[in-house]
Amino acid sequence: MSASGDKTVDKGGIVHRLSQVDRRVLYVIVLACAMVPLIIGAQVRLSVSPPVKGLYDAVEALPPGSYVYLAADYDPGSLPELYPMNIAFVEHLFSKDVKIIAASLWAPGPPLSQRVFEDIAPRYGKTYGEDYVNLGFKEGREAVMVSVAEDLRATFPEDYFGTPYGDIPMLEGIENLTDVRLIVNVSAGYPGIKEWVQQVATRFPVPIGGGVTAVSGPEMYPYIQSGQLVGLLAGMKGAGEYEQLIEKPGLGLAGMAAQSSVHVAVIVFIILANVFYFIDRRKRS
Amino acid sequence: MKPLTIIVACVVLAMGLMGAAAGGLNGQVFGTWVAALLTLAIFSFLYKDNPVYKLAEHIFIGVSAGYVVCLEYWNVFIPNLWNPLVSGQSYILIVPFALGLMLFTRFSPRASWLSRWAIAAMVGSYAGFAVIGALQGDLIAQVRASMIPLYSADAVASMSLARTANEYVFAFLGILQNPLTIIGLITTLIYFFFSREHKGSLGVASRIGIFFLMISFGASFGYTVMSRVSLLIGRLHFLLSDWLGIIQ
Repeated sequence: MSASGDKTVDKGGIVHRLSQVDRRVLYVIVLACAMVPLIIGAQVRLSVSPPVKGLYDAVEALPPGSYVYLAADYDPGSLPELYPMNIAFVEHLFSKDVKIIAASLWAPGPPLSQRVFEDIAPRYGKTYGEDYVNLGFKEGREAVMVSVAEDLRATFPEDYFGTPYGDIPMLEGIENLTDVRLIVNVSAGYPGIKEWVQQVATRFPVPIGGGVTAVSGPEMYPYIQSGQLVGLLAGMKGAGEYEQLIEKPGLGLAGMAAQSSVHVAVIVFIILANVFYFIDRRKRS
Repeated sequence: MKPLTIIVACVVLAMGLMGAAAGGLNGQVFGTWVAALLTLAIFSFLYKDNPVYKLAEHIFIGVSAGYVVCLEYWNVFIPNLWNPLVSGQSYILIVPFALGLMLFTRFSPRASWLSRWAIAAMVGSYAGFAVIGALQGDLIAQVRASMIPLYSADAVASMSLARTANEYVFAFLGILQNPLTIIGLITTLIYFFFSREHKGSLGVASRIGIFFLMISFGASFGYTVMSRVSLLIGRLHFLLSDWLGIIQ
């Protein structure tokens, strides 16, 4: 066997071994790519997409003292993507002196909403019952959406803590969703933003916007084009863009550097895997 | 159980107790340690399947089921059904209560036919909501949104107003949006038109439709990857900040 022949065989061996690399090596690389940016506090500057800007503009256009219905339809399983959005929405709404009526069609949603309120409200001097309220959870999915739009008081006769609707000062004069200026939905799936669009957007004159997990983002973008949604945040990137717009860096922006580095690693893996595959196939043929 | 598994389980338990002790048996610290160790137990599956992972998995399923039962009992059954019935506010609620009880007849083969009444009521009502929503929210609105001109004057105007490179990119994509939407819609519909063989111009259009479908699947896959990576980042953020205190 010639020297060049030996070299070729050796090269083929390395390529073959690399193409058969243990998946746990890839896990370690992905873990490192995610951890290092978090530890060193790396920041990325995001370009704000029109759907995110659309929701930001809709909130900016709200006059002080107006009402927003914040539907927190998510659970701890989607916390990393949706909790930063919930925080960003509440920060922005409080900074505009908008009153927030929060409710949920997901049983684990109200405690998450309450946690956000308790973290943020003191910084803006907001009081429960006067500036924001948590109406809690109601079972019934689409039926509750229509019911809320028609009669909020009958749907939620008391709030999350058992206070009667009539005893909550900020809810005086608020009878249904035509009394609110915007519906903001933080949605992890069904029932969520799609059902809000289907059941409420076309029947009641209230604009809807919100945030979804990245998985369901592509399914929701057609509602932007049709004008059924005023804006949409998809995944951690959407949360990061919104945080950038309101100039309140949070969990969304903090995670995007890690997110980007993992994406680069995944792209490199895909390219290398294809290159190794084609080289290996050529050698064998 | 293998000796190595017992040792690992003991080490995990000891770490948990040490953490709790270090935190002065504070409830929040103890909770953080339990959450952190369970997270690591789940991550251990990436190395290989093991009893510690199985234990964490079973705890998760049990706790989730118990949590949901409690939530539904206190947030749905008591306020929506039991309290109004007991206080005599609404006796009509006996009907959904009876339908709910009928669902449990599935445990008895002789009486299981009764559960079909409750299921029929649920399927009927939710089908009604779904049909209305799909028609007015999806079909009509989306068909109307698809009837767009090839040339958008607004998109061209936004190109001239663009200042930054980012704005130029979005404005350029805005100009392409209408023609791409129309071509993508028509060719994708042609791909799903099976009444004629895909030959000639129909075949070309169908193949273009496949490209649009592939781009759509690629975008969905990309978003799915982003979503899963976000979950990983969320857990890592918890471990590094709440548990270890390395980052703020």
